Amino acid sequence: MKKLSARRRHPLAALVVLLLALAATGGLYAAFAPADKAQADVAAQSLAIDEGKKLFAVGCSSCHGLNGQGSSDGPSLVGVGSAAVDFQVGTGRMPAQQPGAQVPKKKNIYSQAEIDQMAAFVASLGPGPVTPTEEQYTSTNPEDLSKGGELFRTNCAQCHNFAGQGGALTQGKYAPSLEGVDAKHIYEAMQTGPQNMPSFPDTTMPEEQKKQIVAFVRHTTNDEPNPGGLTLGSLGPVTEGLFGWIFGLGALIAVAIWVAAHTTKAKKS
Amino acid sequence: MSHDMSEEKLPESHGSAGHHEVAAHGDPFADPGLPAHEPRRTDIDERAAKRAERQVSLMFVVSMLATIGFIASYVAIDKEKIVYVWPLGNISALNFALGMTLGVALFLIGAGAVHWARTLMSDVELPAERHPIEADDEVRNDVIDQFRTGAAESGFGRRKMIRNTLIGSMALVPLSGVVLLRDLGPLPEDKLEHTGWLEATPAKPLALINMNTNLPMTAEDIIVGSLTFAMPEGLHTHDEDFQQRIAKDALMLVRIAPENIKDEKSKELGFEGILAYSKICTHVGCPISLYEQQTHHALCPCHQSTFDLADGARVIFGPAGHPLPQLKIITDEKGFLVATGDFDEPVGPSYWERAR
Repeated sequence: MKKLSARRRHPLAALVVLLLALAATGGLYAAFAPADKAQADVAAQSLAIDEGKKLFAVGCSSCHGLNGQGSSDGPSLVGVGSAAVDFQVGTGRMPAQQPGAQVPKKKNIYSQAEIDQMAAFVASLGPGPVTPTEEQYTSTNPEDLSKGGELFRTNCAQCHNFAGQGGALTQGKYAPSLEGVDAKHIYEAMQTGPQNMPSFPDTTMPEEQKKQIVAFVRHTTNDEPNPGGLTLGSLGPVTEGLFGWIFGLGALIAVAIWVAAHTTKAKKS
Repeated sequence: MSHDMSEEKLPESHGSAGHHEVAAHGDPFADPGLPAHEPRRTDIDERAAKRAERQVSLMFVVSMLATIGFIASYVAIDKEKIVYVWPLGNISALNFALGMTLGVALFLIGAGAVHWARTLMSDVELPAERHPIEADDEVRNDVIDQFRTGAAESGFGRRKMIRNTLIGSMALVPLSGVVLLRDLGPLPEDKLEHTGWLEATPAKPLALINMNTNLPMTAEDIIVGSLTFAMPEGLHTHDEDFQQRIAKDALMLVRIAPENIKDEKSKELGFEGILAYSKICTHVGCPISLYEQQTHHALCPCHQSTFDLADGARVIFGPAGHPLPQLKIITDEKGFLVATGDFDEPVGPSYWERAR
C-alpha cells in the first residue's frame, strides 16, 4: 500500500489511469453492444425488394442516396442491374472502406440472401445486367479453355496480365489479380464493368465467350501447375530481372567476397 | 588448436624474409613492403592437408554422383509428373530433378576447385613490378627516321597529283558499303503512312469487324463504358500476313457520353459518342488498351504513355509524341459501323519522314 501511494504522484500515473479507463470502456462496450448483423428472413422471398430496400437504406444510402439516385459521394445505381450488386457486395468492395483511387476487395459482411435482396431492390430501379445462373458461367466443354485463352489475350491480358496476376494502372489504380476469384464474380465483372474496368456486354462479347474466358481464368490461376517452379508472381521480366539482379548477382558477389577475404591463415600465437 | 601444429615447421623469422622492410623513421611515405607471409594450417600440419585433400575429393565425387543422378532422372522420371515442392508450388518433377542435380554437379566442381586452391595450392605472394609501356628513345628515333626516309623516297610530298587522287579514291571506297545497305530491303515508300483502312472509300465503305465474334457491329452494340476491339472487313485471322496487317489496322472502340467528349473534332470523327482509336501506341508501337472507363484514360503498358480518349487521345503522361490517330466512322444503311477512309495521319511510332 505504501508502495502504491508512493507512486501516486509519478509523472506517468495520469497516463496509466487513462489507459485503464479506456480498456474498461472498450470491454464494457464489447460485452453489451448489440450484434450488428441483421438476420435475413429467408422465408419472405416475395418481400425481397422491401427487405433489400431496408438493407440498402442502412448500408448503401449514405453514398448512393435513399432511392439509389446517387450523390456527390457515389454514382447512381439506376440501371446497373442485379449483377453489379452481386459483384460489388459479394466481393466485399461495397460498402467501400474509404474513398480513393480504387476500392479494394475485402471480406464480405453480408449473407448471399441479403445480397440477393439488395440486388432485387437495385434491379427494380431500372433494367440492367442480371445476376448469371450457374450454367451460364460453368463450362463443361474442354475446348472452351483454348478458346477462352485466345479471348483472354485479346480482351483482358493487357490489364490483368497474361497469367491473370493483375497489374498497375494510372494514379494508384490497378487491375486486381484474378487468382481465387469466384467464376460468378469474373462473369459479373465482364457484364458490368466495375470501377474502371470497361464492360463487355453480350452484344460485343456473347455469353458463350464469357463462359470460355471464365473457364480459362479459373484453370490458369487455380489448377494449372507451373512446370518450372518459382513463378515470382508471373509478372514477367520486372520481377524476374529484379530477382536475378538482387538475389542472383548478390549471391555471386557474396561468394566472391567470401572466397577472397576468408583465407585459412594459421597464426603462430 | 595450436597444439596439433608442429612448431618446428613454423618459420622462425618469416617477418624479416627479404621484401618485408620496416618504414624508415621520419618518412611516412616509404614503401611499407609486403605484409609478412603467414603459413596456412595446411602448410604446417600434414593431417590438416590430408583432410583438405579428402574434402576436395569428396566434393568431386559427390559432383560425379549428381551427374549420374541427372542422367538417371532424365531416364527415369516421367515428364508429365507434377509434384508439390515447397516453396515452389506444383512443378514438374523432371524439371526440378534435372535442375537440382546439374546445379549440384556444377557447383561442387567449382567449390572443390576453390577449396583446393585455397588450402593446398601454393599461396606465396608474388609482386609484379609495373613497367612503362612506351619504347625507349633510341627505338622511337629509329622508327621516325625510317618513316621520313620512306616518305621522301616515295615522293609523296612532291607528286601532288598522285597524292590527291589517292586521297580521292580512299574517300570514295566507303560509298560501296553504303550502297550495300540497299540490300536491307526496298524503301518503305508510303507504307508507314497508310493502314488497311485505306481500301475504304465513301462509295465502298469497310465494316468494323468485332475481333471476338468476327461479325460487324451496330451502334447499339457498343454501350457507354464498354471496350471493343475491331479490325477491317476482309481481314481474317488465318491470313498469312494477318499479324503484319493487324499491327497497323487494330482499333479500340469506346463509347463516351457525348457531353463528356471535350474535343470537337474527335466528336465529329466518332458516331454518337462511339470513338474508334488506333490501338497502336505512338511511342514505339505497343498495343495499348488499358482503358479506364471512368477517367477515359488509355495506358500503354510498355512505357506508361497515357492518352485521354475523351480529349482526342491527347498525351497526358509519358514519352509518346503524338495523340492516338482516330478513324472516322459512320453507319451504313443497315446500321452497321463502317469506315469510309484511312486514318488522316500515320499510326504507330514516329519516323523521320513523318509529316508532323
